[in-house]
Amino acid sequence: MAKDAEKERHEDPDGGLNRRQFFVRLGLGSLAVAGAGTAVFAYQFLSPNVLYEPSPIVNAGKPASYPTDSVTLDPATGIFVVREAQGFYALSAVCTHLGCLTVWKPELGIIACPCHGSQFKPDGTKIAGPAPRPLPWLRMWLNDDGDLMVDRSNPIAARQFVRI
Amino acid sequence: MAKSLTAYLDELRDSRVWRSIFRSGPGQSNLHHALVVQSNVFLHLFSVKARKRVLDFSVTWYLGALTFGSFLILVITGVLLMLYYHPAVPLAYTDMKDLQFVVSSGVFLRNLHRWSAHAMVLLVFAHMFKVFYRGAYRPPREFNWVIGVVLLLITLFLSYTGYLLPWDQLAFWAVTVGSNIASAVPVFGHRIRFLMLGGNLVNANALLRFYVLHCMILPLTAIFFIAIHFWRIRKDGGLYAGTPTTVTEKEGER
Repeated sequence: MAKDAEKERHEDPDGGLNRRQFFVRLGLGSLAVAGAGTAVFAYQFLSPNVLYEPSPIVNAGKPASYPTDSVTLDPATGIFVVREAQGFYALSAVCTHLGCLTVWKPELGIIACPCHGSQFKPDGTKIAGPAPRPLPWLRMWLNDDGDLMVDRSNPIAARQFVRI
Repeated sequence: MAKSLTAYLDELRDSRVWRSIFRSGPGQSNLHHALVVQSNVFLHLFSVKARKRVLDFSVTWYLGALTFGSFLILVITGVLLMLYYHPAVPLAYTDMKDLQFVVSSGVFLRNLHRWSAHAMVLLVFAHMFKVFYRGAYRPPREFNWVIGVVLLLITLFLSYTGYLLPWDQLAFWAVTVGSNIASAVPVFGHRIRFLMLGGNLVNANALLRFYVLHCMILPLTAIFFIAIHFWRIRKDGGLYAGTPTTVTEKEGER
């Protein structure tokens, strides 16, 4: 009885918030804002702003060092430099399945992945295996010194040869 | 006549120092034993009393206790391995080789850590199968099963993060493949991989992140959940002894 009277006394006659409800909501709201801020802070902290990773642009050396109809893997940079009669192109050697480094099998004339058995033609198209996409062609050009340059971060449409 | 060992122990347990540390004096009564368990920070996680039958080997095969034992071995050997291991490129690999060939008992500790890790994964699964086939996951123990699943995941994450630390070919490619699997998550996949590796490549940042996860974050999380797991055994009515009556009979009672 007395409790009801007390409740009535604290209740807003207009049906709005009483003081306690207002402060509870203010407190919960502040906690929500602080929680969201912490999540943003954590996300930003965990994302490095500067990466000391190798440059995506690599120097593949002189064109003359690649014989015609050759596929050359550079394991350090993960690219194939292919020379055909039509010209040069660079192919990513990173398997499109789960990122393993593929290798050129000269005796079979295919590019093969050691991890899960994907196989590709020298132009990157898939022959077999779980890989979902062909190996991408990478932008390639000649620099002023006459060296072949490859931008690993820049995949291009297939069959764009560099003619020298 | 010389005093018996029990008499010496009773004297020790009656001493002021013992009482100040353990709070319980000498005594053999059931109440005394219960108080000893209750007033000990480690023992109070467990039941004060257990049925003699549930302590038989055949009931649990001690799989949970063996899992915890392998976890303790992993903590101790892991902390010792940390004294010779730098989570940096290319030191990590040479440190691992030093542990194998240069550090006294290094190869023993490393192998003990590795075999215990394998054993722990095996024991966790065996423990889960045993609990499952005995029906010990059923109410009121269902939440402890959920905690057990969390502990299984922590165990697997510990295995995975530990896999990178030797920084050899196996480690590098396993984590390359694993992190690419993580990037298959819809929408956020590539962000998850980036945060996990601390970059776009499995590199120095990834090694350091996996090291911190493996040596600090995951073990502390595991200890937290292990404590709840043990405490819940007590709260859910002690170790599961099996139903004394058949299920149909029990349902008939209702």
